[in-house]
Amino acid sequence: MPLLAAPLCLLVYERRLAWGISLGLSLAALAIAALLLQRTLAEGVISYELGGWSAHWGIEYRVDVVNAFVMLVVTTIASVVLLYARQSVPGELYLGRIPLFYAMYMLCLGGLLGVTITGDVFNLFVFMEISALSSYTLIALSQERRALTAAYQYLIMGTIGATFLLIGIGLMYIMTGTLNMRDLAAALPAVTGTRTIQTAFAFIVVGVSIKVALVPLHLWLPNAYAYAPSAVTAFIASTATKVAFYVLLRFLFTLFGAGFAFGNMLLGGIFLALGLLAVFTGSTAAIFQENVKRMLAYSSVAQIGFMILGVSFATTTGVGAALLHLFNHAIMKAALFLALGCVYYRLGTVNITDMRGLGRDMPWTMTAFVIGGLSLVGMPLTVGFISKWYLVLGALEQGWWPVAAAVLLASLLTLVYIWRVVDVVWLKVPATQRQPRVTEAPPGMLLPLWVLIFANLYFGTHTTLSAGVAMQAADWLLGGGG
Amino acid sequence: MSYLIAHYNYWIVIFLMMAGLYVVIAQGNLVKKIVGLNIFQAAVNILFISMAKIEGGTAPILVAGTALYSNPLPHVLILTAIVVGVATTALALALVVRINGAYSSVEEDEIHEQDQSF
Repeated sequence: MPLLAAPLCLLVYERRLAWGISLGLSLAALAIAALLLQRTLAEGVISYELGGWSAHWGIEYRVDVVNAFVMLVVTTIASVVLLYARQSVPGELYLGRIPLFYAMYMLCLGGLLGVTITGDVFNLFVFMEISALSSYTLIALSQERRALTAAYQYLIMGTIGATFLLIGIGLMYIMTGTLNMRDLAAALPAVTGTRTIQTAFAFIVVGVSIKVALVPLHLWLPNAYAYAPSAVTAFIASTATKVAFYVLLRFLFTLFGAGFAFGNMLLGGIFLALGLLAVFTGSTAAIFQENVKRMLAYSSVAQIGFMILGVSFATTTGVGAALLHLFNHAIMKAALFLALGCVYYRLGTVNITDMRGLGRDMPWTMTAFVIGGLSLVGMPLTVGFISKWYLVLGALEQGWWPVAAAVLLASLLTLVYIWRVVDVVWLKVPATQRQPRVTEAPPGMLLPLWVLIFANLYFGTHTTLSAGVAMQAADWLLGGGG
Repeated sequence: MSYLIAHYNYWIVIFLMMAGLYVVIAQGNLVKKIVGLNIFQAAVNILFISMAKIEGGTAPILVAGTALYSNPLPHVLILTAIVVGVATTALALALVVRINGAYSSVEEDEIHEQDQSF
């Protein structure tokens, strides 16, 4: 049971941390996060070996392959970003607020982990709100005043999403009288014909989709990512939407069952359309952004589209590709945002016009950016290739040629916006010499960045761990595992 | 007609919910948006509480001679939801205070104008 102990001790610890306001405690948080990472890593391997293994801890915490996989992603990103935050955060926050930043960061992490491991739908709502509230605060901590409106917008959208989820949970409770996921999964098939459950289903899907930032509901995302401090962007971009995505999968497959969600409610078609829409609007919008951070935010919208696309296939390959993309996108987006954080640290801006010729001044940072970008495009040898490969494979399995073609076309769009940055950074000469001269980012920031970049390359060539686990998790989800 | 009356609690919930959501969407004033959000959340709370009521049931207290009582679980859930709601409102209001400090306005369109002028 070390897995349960770790997040719980983290929860206890971070509350204390929230009050003990000092930078020293942030280092303790780093140690705890690293410890937690190790433990989940070990646990993830264990459940991986045992396949669809699940158990009760207490009444409500349950961990299976899917959970462990998502938790692994979250904790990895959290600890790497925390390592990075030490030097990046003082540059972007008011000094007095830094301890608050760490407290909020830990709360957010605790909330996200809680969402992932809980086996109780109401508990899930509460944890989701914990992580959401702390992420609003994290965004608002930025010195940029537009971050305030972005956080406000996110808060309004996020709260509506969460309240929709709550309505759905309430309606399910009316019909089944239980909140435990396993009991719900057992009780729901008997009542799926009723309009109450159909309404509950609609509320939950819409509510969670707001959190996932699926396309018509993504409006909060670009601003929130663009104006938040770099470390926060890297953390939230690669964890919050991913955990929300996990919740969506959990509700769709474990609770309602694939047959109901995709058979009766026609969600497959809806998700297919919305996923494609997300991929194309996100990529196209990204091409026209001046602010590189905003560009990456729109690209996140597109990548979420890819994941939703994978889910819409409702096959092992499709859902596996979605989970794999969840993992891969987390590490590459975090790497890209960290690279931009380095740029911001030295340059004080991330507008594309100000980054002319930056490759000469910050070669390590920008090389990392290029590799991360190529991964986003889906070059072979990087992680992006693996998940796109499975996605196309899933589409072909269904005989959906146009979808496979669309995925490839969208990758080309990705290449366009990544190339824009590469072109400016490496091939252009700065109009005027920068004063004072810009130098490479400090090693404390470069190290975490390159760890993620190496993870990109490693998982791009050694797919057994990530792809294997993802496929097994998908298999388990589709098997209606209770 | 009797159907309408029998389910009057749901009609109230639906009305409040839609009113709240409308205020959130339609109002340009950030504080009024929060008020709308609160109405919206209150509607959901009423939904939970009203489903817990059992006809003729008493409060779930152990008293001799009563076997029928309301379901206490939704009340507990809503207590938590209220706490979450209060936290959300507090954070939203704090954000509005900061926004007001930075833009000297709490009107959405005025803030948007100021952002565009950069």
